Amino acid sequence: MNTIAELPPTTIAGHTQRHESAHLHVSGCANYVDDIPLPADALHVALGMSRVAHGRIKSIDLSAVAAAPGVVAVITARDLPGDNNYGPILADDPIFAESLVEYAGQSIFAVAATSHDAARRAVKRAKIEYEELPAILDIRSALEKNSFVIPSQKLVRGHPQAVLASSPHRLQGSITIGGQDHFYLEGHIAAAVPQEDGAMLVYSSTQHPSEVQHLVAHALGKHSHHVTVQCRRMGGGFGGKESQPALFACVTAILAAKTGRAIKLRLDRDDDMTMTGKRHDFIADYDVGYDDSGRITALAVMLASRCGYSADLSGPVNDRAICHIDNAYFLEHIEVVSHRCKTNTVSNTAFRGFGGPQGMMAIEAVIDDIARKLQRDPLDVRRANFYGIEDRNVTPYQMRVEDNVIHAIADQLEASSDYRTRRQRIATFNAASPLIKRGIALTPVKFGISFNATHYNQAGALVHLYTDGSILLNHGGTEMGQGLYTKVTQVVAEEFGVPLTQVRTSATDTSKVPNTSATAASSGSDLNGKAAQAAARTIKERLTNFASEKYGVPAADIKFAGGSVQLGNGKSLALAELAVAAHAGRISMSSTGYYRTPKIHWDRATLTGRPFFYFAYGAAVAEVAVDTLTGEYRMLRVDILHDVGRSLNPAIDIGQVEGGFLQGAGWLTSEELWWNARGELKTHAPSTYKIPTARDWPLDARVHLLERSPNVEDTIYRSKAVGEPPLMLGIAVFHAIRDAVANCAPPGTRSPLHAPATPEAVLRAIRAAKDLA
Amino acid sequence: MSNPGHAICFILDGKTIEVNDIPPTTTLLQYLRESLGRSGTKEGCAEGDCGACTVVVGEPANGSIAYRAVNSCIRFLPTLDGKEVVTVESLRAAAGDLHPVQQAMVDCHGSQCGFCTPGFVMSLFGLYLNQPAATRDEVIDALAGNLCRCTGYRPIVDAGCKMNDYPPPAHWSRDDAQSAARRERLQSIQRKDSLALGTPAGFLAPQTLAELASAYAAAPGSLLLAGSTDIGLWVTKQMRELPPIIYLGEVAELKTIRETGGMLEIGAAVRLTEAYDAIVKHYPMLAELGNRFASPPIRNAGTLCGNLANGSPIGDSMPVLIALGASVELRCGDRTRTLPLEKLYLGYQKKDLAAGEFLTAVRIPLPQPGCTVASYKIAKRYDQDISAVCGGYALTISDGMVTAARIAYGGMAAIPQRAARTETALIGQPWNEATVAAAMQQIAADYTPLSDMRASAAYRLQVAANLLQRFYLEHSGAAIASRIEMVAAD
Repeated sequence: MNTIAELPPTTIAGHTQRHESAHLHVSGCANYVDDIPLPADALHVALGMSRVAHGRIKSIDLSAVAAAPGVVAVITARDLPGDNNYGPILADDPIFAESLVEYAGQSIFAVAATSHDAARRAVKRAKIEYEELPAILDIRSALEKNSFVIPSQKLVRGHPQAVLASSPHRLQGSITIGGQDHFYLEGHIAAAVPQEDGAMLVYSSTQHPSEVQHLVAHALGKHSHHVTVQCRRMGGGFGGKESQPALFACVTAILAAKTGRAIKLRLDRDDDMTMTGKRHDFIADYDVGYDDSGRITALAVMLASRCGYSADLSGPVNDRAICHIDNAYFLEHIEVVSHRCKTNTVSNTAFRGFGGPQGMMAIEAVIDDIARKLQRDPLDVRRANFYGIEDRNVTPYQMRVEDNVIHAIADQLEASSDYRTRRQRIATFNAASPLIKRGIALTPVKFGISFNATHYNQAGALVHLYTDGSILLNHGGTEMGQGLYTKVTQVVAEEFGVPLTQVRTSATDTSKVPNTSATAASSGSDLNGKAAQAAARTIKERLTNFASEKYGVPAADIKFAGGSVQLGNGKSLALAELAVAAHAGRISMSSTGYYRTPKIHWDRATLTGRPFFYFAYGAAVAEVAVDTLTGEYRMLRVDILHDVGRSLNPAIDIGQVEGGFLQGAGWLTSEELWWNARGELKTHAPSTYKIPTARDWPLDARVHLLERSPNVEDTIYRSKAVGEPPLMLGIAVFHAIRDAVANCAPPGTRSPLHAPATPEAVLRAIRAAKDLA
Repeated sequence: MSNPGHAICFILDGKTIEVNDIPPTTTLLQYLRESLGRSGTKEGCAEGDCGACTVVVGEPANGSIAYRAVNSCIRFLPTLDGKEVVTVESLRAAAGDLHPVQQAMVDCHGSQCGFCTPGFVMSLFGLYLNQPAATRDEVIDALAGNLCRCTGYRPIVDAGCKMNDYPPPAHWSRDDAQSAARRERLQSIQRKDSLALGTPAGFLAPQTLAELASAYAAAPGSLLLAGSTDIGLWVTKQMRELPPIIYLGEVAELKTIRETGGMLEIGAAVRLTEAYDAIVKHYPMLAELGNRFASPPIRNAGTLCGNLANGSPIGDSMPVLIALGASVELRCGDRTRTLPLEKLYLGYQKKDLAAGEFLTAVRIPLPQPGCTVASYKIAKRYDQDISAVCGGYALTISDGMVTAARIAYGGMAAIPQRAARTETALIGQPWNEATVAAAMQQIAADYTPLSDMRASAAYRLQVAANLLQRFYLEHSGAAIASRIEMVAAD
């Protein structure tokens, strides 16, 4: 493995820098799509939605809508100039439902009016009659009816059934894992401004400008070169703005084309939560064999997820769940069946971790159940199953784990958190405390980095050096708060050896860098950092050759460092000076840069290959106290050790680790999605859907990055992706609560807690554990 | 300058803004963003639950200016008349220097996507002005109404702790906030006559109780408005057309808190913040309830009597006030009457109020010797959540016997309701485990709760009974930990 000493030192990358927009954020000067001034005659859009979960539209009467004050245009599926689809993979997401509605909240029509308020009020006047059809509203019902959005998948390695039959111990069980709303603070929004000659400029709050561009072009019946999509920043994304923004962008563009006026569509929060996809909820039924140490001998798992009414990204989400059923554990004989259930609910989509967290939740429940049965510390069972370094190191999908640091992380964290002593003290406390029970858990994370779909793993960048020495950077990645612009700006500043202030990043724009991938799969800085580095190096090389000739020094001696260009002969000049000279010498100072991830390949049919360039690791120890009268709980302490390779920006990485952890903890505790019997989501606003608040951050939190552990793969300055992996650190909180629940029943009893662990779910689990005993 | 009768006047960045001809339900957020083009303040939810829209409002108070963080998304513009509005754009000095609150957020890496940030900055700014040395817990309290989805809040709370370490800024220091110029400017827009908008009045802000009573008696179809923390949502979420509004917030007599005849009397325009401060002074055990009631910006706008008059079955104030035997003062024209609070509620959204009749105050008995009081709130989240179940308890134990018991629950019925059978099972019995166990059995006879997104009926019944057990354990000298708040990691 590489060590820090072997790597060249960096001066700007690898060091804490504030977020490039921090000063704008805090003063209200950072512009989001809703803040971009539009022409005074711009119109505002509201969408009309289905009131039923499943039905045929018998009649639509929008005359009162059209007659409402301020209304300028009303459109339905009949008014589309191009394709009626915004589905990212399959064409099964209509922009407007035609005759069939498949979830309560599906878009049926759009109104453009002179104000946001007028449009929303007008929508309420629609008269739509439905013939209601039976609706499938949950996973078990979908399984019973074989209702799937895409075919099921099966992965088998070894001889799981035979080994199960001969295992020393065998256990069957199940866990349900709830969904999650993204709750980005900025809801979905798009604005379209018609340009000359049929072109369209679209401002979209999107993680995937290229896909929005392509889908808008299709919806307009135009070419991609007619459509420019821009995104300076999002007010949060978390995967919720990967495939979902296209619907809203398409509607604005269609109405802009129709009216010739600028159009904005900003979703009200309730509409956003009703209309847009969420994290897939899952159920996992398992059959596991294991030995006396708790080591798994064979595992058969049925994973089933709620995909909603359409495929959206459910195929790759569920593939990633399969690819994370192992988490950090070697599963020699394994069988995973994955069902992608079609339900009459909103189409679920990408969400930080993209199925990986659900896969991990399944295996962690299996391990916990084994530990309870064996009356062993769950940490010992986890350790007994960790991937080996030299052997026991091939994943179920046939990828060798070559960068395993989970032992080191678990060792360090177990010691630094004082896990063993605390477990003893907790046992002592619990023995004397009939009402309040404490629990503790250490859970690991191993998360594969790269899009499973190999062709997504590419990126482009564009770098300009101006004659005043200032540098403008553009790349295909989008900024959603994760600090991508900051990190890639650091890369370019590092390459040119200039202060960070000398480099600016402009808004992501499909007319600057084309055919980009979504900023997703944690890949933003890996891909765009490398692409920007390549662009910078191209310009540097041209300048180096020019300077070598002009100043008569060997090219190899020329260095871009310390804010100037050092010629190696004791002389140096400012980058601006060299730029002026190079311009006069007719040297191009603009370059694209391109990167594709090496080594990866994936066979979707057999679910084998090397889908991931590398793995990111981490672990968390959480301790909780649970009130056995009410099911309420509180996080008392968390210790985290997380692997970001050689950090590009420690403050930003810590921010991702902490934020991911709390988002993961929220997913598994207070965040509950609740549909009524009619298939209406009733938790569609922050008043009913409860993400963590400042109080929910643990009283005692000790968060650290794994030090002196550069990526073994050649990533940008040997860093590691950090967007998604920390979310799964939150699983430790769920298992700490599980541990507290287990402490309410005699040893040997499983802890039947399911996610989300709301106080009600915890109280139910406590009762169930006592019943099991 | 005195205020013209038919224009809303408020101060923003040292300038007087006069607003005519807008619907009275225009929110402050809409006005800032759409009319003034000040886009720094964000809409995250339009229901006062995320805090992205937080601004600070200043108003005259005993010769100085009281500044409070409020949610601009559900605040109707006419209620800002005579006040000063401070938004995130206001804080930077002319030279562009960041305010200590802003600088601390930058230095602590407190923003990621930045969308919630203006709201956090303004909540922290409200704290900065009011509490020069806020503790970490107080910072967390102040941020209970602000959601962030990117950070783990730790850097934001760090910023709240660090903001007082910077030298006072020239602009919006605590001294500057109370400068003579600011006070005079604010004083200059205080009106002598009531604000009346629209013809006929779409919005009236009477200044005296008599004016209010006669206006409401004359137009009993009007809507009484106080903090707009619920009515705001009728507009932003339900898009209702509201009847003419009569605003209580300027009626001097309704802004009083006084102790009289063994009662704590809290006027109908007293905000929840001040109301709970007064209640907690007498009933310190209700501090948690006061802290967990909505969020600081909501408590800085909403009123206690508004909570009572609204009469939601899940309102948090009613259970314990019913248990304490509180009563409400009602007025209709010149007539007044007093009604036990529990008698106000006739059925779901049905109250014993005649046309033109309204609450002027709530009267809460002061603590009685021997009477033990508690209120417990159960929700999915500790801060700013609507209760699944909220219980209020007032029991008198004398010589080991229960001599009196008043228990009420919210979230268990269509109205906040007494637990009559449970009370009966306690009264006259020895205060012991067996009595409590028997009383717990009666909860299911007292209530038939609903299942909804907050909790199932079964959970509500179980937890309502279990809370009685908690009450017993906390008031019987048992030496065991009964609350998770009593526990820390080793």
